[in-house]
Amino acid sequence: MKVLVPVKRVIDYNVKVRVKADGTGVDLANVKMSMNPFDEIAVEEAIRLKEKGAVEEIVVVSIGVKQAQETLRTALAMGADRAILIEAASDVHTDIEPLAVAKLLKAVVDAEQPGLVICGKQAIDNDMNATGQMLSALLGWSQATFISELSIDGDSATVTREVDGGLQTIKVKMPAIVTVDLRLNEPRYASLPNIMKAKKKPLEEKTAADYGVDVSPRLSVVKTVEPAGRKAGVKVGSVDELIAKLKDEAGVI
Amino acid sequence: MAVLLLGEVTDGQLSVDSTAKALTAAKMLGDVTVLCAGAHASAAAAEAAKLDGVKKVLCAEDPSLGHRLAEPTAALIVSLAGDYSHIVAPATTDAKNVLPRVAALLDVMVISDVSGVVDADTFERPIYAGNAIQTVKSSDGKKVVSIRTATFDPAGQGGSAPVETISAAANPGLSEWVEDKVATSDRPELTSAGIVVSGGRGVGSQSDFALIEKLADKLGAAVGASRAAVDSGFAPNDWQVGQTGKVVAPQLYVAVGISGAIQHLAGMKDSKVIVAINKDEEAPIFQVADYGLVADLFTAVPELTEKL
Ligand SMILES: Cc1cc2nc3c(=O)[nH]c(=O)nc-3n(C[C@H](O)[C@H](O)[C@H](O)COP(=O)(O)OP(=O)(O)OC[C@H]3O[C@@H](n4cnc5c(N)ncnc54)[C@H](O)[C@@H]3O)c2cc1C
Ligand SMILES: Nc1ncnc2c1ncn2[C@@H]1O[C@H](COP(=O)(O)O)[C@@H](O)[C@H]1O
Repeated sequence: MKVLVPVKRVIDYNVKVRVKADGTGVDLANVKMSMNPFDEIAVEEAIRLKEKGAVEEIVVVSIGVKQAQETLRTALAMGADRAILIEAASDVHTDIEPLAVAKLLKAVVDAEQPGLVICGKQAIDNDMNATGQMLSALLGWSQATFISELSIDGDSATVTREVDGGLQTIKVKMPAIVTVDLRLNEPRYASLPNIMKAKKKPLEEKTAADYGVDVSPRLSVVKTVEPAGRKAGVKVGSVDELIAKLKDEAGVI
Repeated sequence: MAVLLLGEVTDGQLSVDSTAKALTAAKMLGDVTVLCAGAHASAAAAEAAKLDGVKKVLCAEDPSLGHRLAEPTAALIVSLAGDYSHIVAPATTDAKNVLPRVAALLDVMVISDVSGVVDADTFERPIYAGNAIQTVKSSDGKKVVSIRTATFDPAGQGGSAPVETISAAANPGLSEWVEDKVATSDRPELTSAGIVVSGGRGVGSQSDFALIEKLADKLGAAVGASRAAVDSGFAPNDWQVGQTGKVVAPQLYVAVGISGAIQHLAGMKDSKVIVAINKDEEAPIFQVADYGLVADLFTAVPELTEKL
């Protein structure tokens, strides 16, 4: 079976986000970018399936600016076999919406015919939590979101999902789209020799136009602002003082 | 404008709190019809009919809708979509599973986790773990929107909307439910509780999490946790508060042994009053706390529980 893993290049999760003063968005010039953390988990899961012999080939795909190459190289260094870059924007501030990403991924799925697509549950930049579900809809495949366990047996997969009430286990028909949650696995780091090897792995470059997909946004950004700030309060010296403050000053207990 | 609001139905019961909060946002968009779908949904539909401002309730009962599997639920919503300008749901894990699928089937973008309604086409939503608030205007013919419940007050009771029974759409038969592992507890629900007490990695072990739970019980509070506490096995996944967990905005949030990473703050910084107990006076959580206590939690928490 072939597995497809979409990986997104996003601001590194440790970076302090700065909203641009003119309200047009978040400043992404010269900030550290990394693979979306959920996508690292997705790549790791694909590699583990390959190590178990359940998967022959792992194809990673990224949609966005040319620099997403770096993200794909990281995935190749972790252990993916082949990469596809779909250039769909020239400015690092252009975010391709999940609907357009899903349409491009559908075209890739049509061409590559994987048996499984492993997405992240959400991109930590736009926090949409949508692409996997949308791709599944466009393909008419089964979907299992927010998974913390995956086992594949033949033409079905059993997954455990992290839901508001706790955990839910469902069985989905293959081919399937899954989106991964934080506790599925702990992604590995790429070793130096593997980083060197990854430079020689195939990375195909395409454009959105090659797939005939219109990526123009459906949502136009009116403005982007900083959230209302919260200022630090006071330090209290003792438990007694804390209780007094909560009772008399805040009136919350 | 006509709005279809997906009621939050779990095992036949309506989650009144999340549905009523999403209803408040939905009412700003037009006349609201609530859809209650499930293997059993008539009791939920009767509850939804009592919410103030609901024009009509649609009740769809079918075994295929029993566990809110994405494919049959999305097919049902799409079959109804023609009559509505907006399809809205509270931003629960169920709705986040279903709505993007609905949107893609309708060839429109989904607008996730909306924290403000500007007008029928324009919405505010947090991005980058709540470090920025973006206002977006949709050019799609239909809007598919999930509502961040923490920022809306629940609609009241007192309605008496008519309930209409409808049938399910054809089940694509792509997935089946196996089991739910749901912890039952007498504590209030995390996302609607007036007080939340959360523990982090500093608590150190699953057995010591009892300290957090005792304090919570003394306060009549719900229990939350940081991702690190959940990953370490101190607390179950459904307690996680944050960017990728639950978003809460109680009257009082008590963070114990939590450093205050932005991903955690994303889920609680709209709480009215925040208390932090941490032994590290430099911990970032103190930058958002109204009251900070620099102390060892193993002495401070039992003392607090005792003296309350
Ligand atoms: C993609 C992604 C998504 C994430 N989503 C979330 C999310 O939804 N929610 C979330 O919470 N995190 C999330 N995180 C993780 C987040 O970045 C932090 O790692 C996490 O919040 C840290 O948890 P913590 O504060 O419990 O642990 P730590 O950062 O290790 O802090 C422990 C604190 O306990 C204090 N302490 C230790 N011992 C004691 C003691 N005896 N008495 C008092 N204080 C003590 C320490 O001083 C320290 O401040 C996410 C991360 C990523 C990459
Ligand atoms: N531009 C992109 N390129 C590749 N994968 C993407 C892209 N955008 C989203 N994805 C995938 O979809 C998941 C969810 O993203 P989102 O729906 O934007 O929150 C991510 O974790 C990725 O697996």
